[in-house]
Amino acid sequence: MSETKPLPVVDFLKIPDDGDPYLEGYRCKKCESTYLGERNVCSKCFARNEMEVIKLSETGVLHSYAIVFRSFPGIDVPYISAIVDLDDGGTIKGNLINIEPDPDKIEFNMPVKITYGDALGRKDKEGNSYLSYFFEPA
Amino acid sequence: MSDVYVMGVDMIKFGRFPDRSVPNIGAEAALMALDDAGLGIQDMQALYCGNLGQANAMVGQRILQEIGQTGMPVVNVANACATGATAFREAWMSIKAGMYDVVLAVGVEQMGKGLLGGAGGGDGIPKEGLLGSGTMPCVFAEAGMEHTKEHGTTFEQFAKISVKNHHHSTMNPKAMYQIETPLNEVMNAEMISYPNTKLMCSVNVDGSAAAVLVSEKKAKELGMSRAVKVRASALASDPFTDRDLVMPDVNACTRLAAKDAYEQAGIGPEDVNLVELHDCFATAEMLHYENLGLCKDGEAGKMIDEGHVELGGKVPVNVSGGLLSKGHPLGATGIANIYEICTHLREEAGARQVEGARIGMTHVIGLGTACGIHILEKVN
Repeated sequence: MSETKPLPVVDFLKIPDDGDPYLEGYRCKKCESTYLGERNVCSKCFARNEMEVIKLSETGVLHSYAIVFRSFPGIDVPYISAIVDLDDGGTIKGNLINIEPDPDKIEFNMPVKITYGDALGRKDKEGNSYLSYFFEPA
Repeated sequence: MSDVYVMGVDMIKFGRFPDRSVPNIGAEAALMALDDAGLGIQDMQALYCGNLGQANAMVGQRILQEIGQTGMPVVNVANACATGATAFREAWMSIKAGMYDVVLAVGVEQMGKGLLGGAGGGDGIPKEGLLGSGTMPCVFAEAGMEHTKEHGTTFEQFAKISVKNHHHSTMNPKAMYQIETPLNEVMNAEMISYPNTKLMCSVNVDGSAAAVLVSEKKAKELGMSRAVKVRASALASDPFTDRDLVMPDVNACTRLAAKDAYEQAGIGPEDVNLVELHDCFATAEMLHYENLGLCKDGEAGKMIDEGHVELGGKVPVNVSGGLLSKGHPLGATGIANIYEICTHLREEAGARQVEGARIGMTHVIGLGTACGIHILEKVN
């Protein structure tokens, strides 16, 4: 198979033809609430058609997490499921990598950054590869 | 508007019944509740049926096909883990609205084994284990760890909740399990999603529960001796909070419903003698001590450490054994916990009886999110 561009794992992960991947958010111009993915109405202040498209920050802090030891069949464990508050608004969930899955090693509010990489070798039915985002200690 | 009373209520012993159908399991509790009320299906003016797994399959009508097809209106309800409470509330509202005097609410579920939940889905590739985890033990572990972050709550404190609820269930013959689980056993059980071990996860079981609700006029006609008054019925969805779309906020939703319920009843948390709350995971129960106002914010750990939530404590929580040990048949849970409270208010709870109980509260929360709360009061 020829070298093809991977697909984004979620719609809000953007992969420009010329440049680095990034996460896209929608921010309400009225109340500044930040959302992942496209939307027209703000669920906080109910404003319509006041959304602006923004690039989400690549850095944030660890809000909460759990360490997953049992998942569905075929999913490698353990891994850290993390909730991250991004520095310029928005909250995002993902795997926290490059740190031991041990509560003694993980600190709340620790700074993390977003990295991008292959989606753990997972491919869809057509054989397409995917690009995913991860968190790692900053 | 008429006051509403529970005149009959019952649940089957929770278990695993793979050879039975969902309507058949639901029909059993329906007949038990009718017997408890001293009424027959022909006396019912409407049926509100809660079930999640077959939400598109007319479970209420199929129950009536097993126990009596009177032609009454049937409403089938699905609202995640608040399904049973929502069915009960719809029944309550129909009497409040003056439409009916006697109605039946049934909650029923047949569960498989294994993990519930899942991240993502839809097109592309599986997201579980790639973008975190959508499994329920993990989602509620993350919610518990938020409490740890804010208040320093420990793994051991979460585990103590499971010890308590398993202990309570040894006194409940209708619970799935009647087994003591000492602290070291809970903490050393298989870790599912830290800090929830296997013994800190609710049990997937099959089950059903049902209630006959009546107007005040009908209650007086039938006799009030075992009637239980519904003082409040509250239902909330998740209000906007900053992280809610990524991390379901069970706290804000519960606090909203609790405020409404206390206002309806005209009482405060200090007036509540026992609570059946949504301990789908040990981490979840910890949050709801504060969400329901049973203690101040930050004092939940102390509630379990000092025994205030045990049978004999200040406000016993989940004396039925809770979802952790009685079991959690999703659509039945919200009526099963009403059965538990009514049983105490009727002074029929045997070894686990909360002495002198006059007011009890039930709470369920379904992710997505729906929170249902009921406050019940002893009449005589």
